Amino acid sequence: MNKSSALVSRLMGLLADYFGMAAALVLLLVIFGRIADNFYSLDTFRTIADQIPDITIIAVGMTFVLIIAGIDLSVGSILALSGAVLGVTLVQYNWPLPLSIAACLGVGLLCGLLNGGLVVAWGLPSFIVTLGMLEIARGATYLVTNSRTVYMSSGLDWVTDYTVFGFSIPFVLAIAIVVLAQLVLSFTVFGRYMIAVGTNEQALRLSGISPSRVKLAVFILSGLLCAVASIIHTARYQANPNNGQGLELQAIAAVVIGGTSLMGGRGSVINTFFGVLIIKVLETGLAQVGAQEPTKRLITGLVIVAAVILDYYRHRLRRSPAGRG
Amino acid sequence: MTDTGSILLEARGIFKSFGAVQALSGVDLVLRAGTVHALVGENGAGKSTLSKIIAGVHLSDSGRMILEGKPFQPSGRRQAEHAGIRMVMQELNLIDTLSVAENIFLDQLPSKYGFVRYPSLNHSAQQVMSRVGLDSVSPSAIVGSLGVGTRQMVEIAAGLSRHCRILILDEPTASLTDREANLLFRQIDQARNSGMAIVYISHRIEEILRIADEITILRDGRLVSTQTTQGLTAEQIIRSMVGRDLPPRQRAGKTAGGTIALQLDRLCAGPKVRKVSLDLRRGEILGLAGLMGSGRTELARAIFGADPIDSGTIYLHGSDKPARIRSPRDAVRQGIALLTEDRKQQGLFLPRSIRYNISLPRLESVSRAGIVNRFRERKVCDEFVQSLSIRCSGLEQPVGQLSGGNQQKVVIAKWLLRDCEILIFDEPTRGIDVGAKFEVYRLLSDLAARGKAVLFISSDLKELTAVCDRIAVLSAGRLTATFTAPHYSEQAITEAAFQEHLRPAGGPSK
Repeated sequence: MNKSSALVSRLMGLLADYFGMAAALVLLLVIFGRIADNFYSLDTFRTIADQIPDITIIAVGMTFVLIIAGIDLSVGSILALSGAVLGVTLVQYNWPLPLSIAACLGVGLLCGLLNGGLVVAWGLPSFIVTLGMLEIARGATYLVTNSRTVYMSSGLDWVTDYTVFGFSIPFVLAIAIVVLAQLVLSFTVFGRYMIAVGTNEQALRLSGISPSRVKLAVFILSGLLCAVASIIHTARYQANPNNGQGLELQAIAAVVIGGTSLMGGRGSVINTFFGVLIIKVLETGLAQVGAQEPTKRLITGLVIVAAVILDYYRHRLRRSPAGRG
Repeated sequence: MTDTGSILLEARGIFKSFGAVQALSGVDLVLRAGTVHALVGENGAGKSTLSKIIAGVHLSDSGRMILEGKPFQPSGRRQAEHAGIRMVMQELNLIDTLSVAENIFLDQLPSKYGFVRYPSLNHSAQQVMSRVGLDSVSPSAIVGSLGVGTRQMVEIAAGLSRHCRILILDEPTASLTDREANLLFRQIDQARNSGMAIVYISHRIEEILRIADEITILRDGRLVSTQTTQGLTAEQIIRSMVGRDLPPRQRAGKTAGGTIALQLDRLCAGPKVRKVSLDLRRGEILGLAGLMGSGRTELARAIFGADPIDSGTIYLHGSDKPARIRSPRDAVRQGIALLTEDRKQQGLFLPRSIRYNISLPRLESVSRAGIVNRFRERKVCDEFVQSLSIRCSGLEQPVGQLSGGNQQKVVIAKWLLRDCEILIFDEPTRGIDVGAKFEVYRLLSDLAARGKAVLFISSDLKELTAVCDRIAVLSAGRLTATFTAPHYSEQAITEAAFQEHLRPAGGPSK
């Protein structure tokens, strides 16, 4: 009796985990289908599919950072800087493509290492460290590009041109990263340690496991994912030094809508992906019904707050019964 | 004493459940003015739940309470406090970043134009504090900088400072030294003589026999009996609490002849560990006695690499090369385990499952290429849940929902899985019920029998003398004496524990 009922309750739990988010997404799609003409068209979905890969990849890294009870405000700037390095080396220095990409990824990794290193070595709050990195990387971007947009000519066309079963390479890559990251979180030793850092860092340390290594790895990963996203972003928008401004807040919003706690210790990459979809569907749908920027922002803000409130009740339901004395 | 006082509070047929767990099933309790009423029972028996219902923290599912002839149904803690009922909780309720005085008078800070009047605040705090013997602590000391025992006294001082008619103390002596406990008992006596009713929850039977007038025994949420304490013996109480007899308390008096597992040479760490030299052998249980704040926990943390070592050397496993332990990670890799005093903050991941908590320190043993094999993990954890008889609804139950004794067993399971050669237990029996305590003792003996080296820190001399092969005594950070079984004398050990405090002030001791 015990085993099968445990299995059923686990399945129910999984379903409950994803069902809420999926339902919210479907609700949005139905609403926009009603109020916008031609919302259900290939164009709409292609627009959405084109817009989500870079933010999805960044939001995956952000999910991990939030799970270890940190925050990474520098993602937008790291994206701009690694994109700039990619553009400048490829177009102005005529480096071969693999070398440029290696440089781009290296820059992202280095920024992440710096973030994580400062957080770990001096025990600084990641909010402050990454706020600094937000400025540092942005400034470096302007230096690298001489404050001008570097046009990519045809160097990165392969990123956007090819498709796999009708899906663009960036889209497929983003989905692959989401799935892989969720597997890492759910099934690996590293995933366990991330949750442990966010739940009770002291207890982890006293269990003989170094929380510093885990934190460092997570910040490096976040930086590296920014660089991966920058390849996609640069292919589509050129190496503009203003790329990715405000992206950090969008990524955090997506993660939080997906129910990951800012206090750390719990989160889900799949739900983060739903969070990205909700934000992008909302954005595209509102644009289609002709909403202006102020309205768009107002509604997006309301959705974020509503999502967090819903999440609060969802967790209260799951938390009871309370402990006893 | 006065056991015929007038009835202050009467609770009848109290039921309470948390989800599927029935915490109380039809419990009655009568509190009389001018008496101390002890509530005893194993963890999870419902003592805390019952008192929290009286204190307005929980609402009962059914049943009624009458306070001085009037129906009483507090809707919250505030309302109960208004009616003169106060509870000092087992979990400390203090704000670490505020001072002692601010904590004691948090809800009634004296102020003028919104500014706190510190002189008057500190003055009244000083008075309250000296009543519980906290003269040595400054009222403006920050609570976070104090030890657990002192914090507990601050909490009790805060409870006694208010006007109240019913005072509920939940495990007040769990982290107090004998001296502090005696001061508390004197306070309780005074409160009783002034006509208050005191509900006293404790696992320490000797204390209850000493101070309680009446005793109510609970088992699994049901009332076993209420009677006057006079004429009762500890054995009788324990038997009706547990519903069975206890195993004999004596460890087979074997002398340890194993090789040296851990050797300390003039170890200094921070202000509280001063030139400690001792050795611990395989197959031995070495007790570490001392007053609260004598540096026992600090010594354990220094050995474990949790706090830095200032000077001195640690040798491991009989090697003559100094061991390099700079973090708990180093320590664990070299076979040292530390079961911390504060298991909720430092030992457990409360919202996480039993499975998660047990397997965490040694995930690599149930995983391959970094991927955890859940099947093997469950199997291994299941074995520990069985062999330690951890009472739970399943491996997936969050540890935060377990009783104290079962939480402690989860901590033990986690370190057994890690299979270290040297195990340091820091107050492993604090706040857990008698049955679980004996299971811990048996476990310590088993570990020693299997050749492990066990360092057992405890404030309970009786358990140290019953379980340990040798007992070392720390006093103000120094090792003052070591005793070998069976030549124990509580008198001598206590004297050794006070030794560094009895020297003339100012004269530095060697």
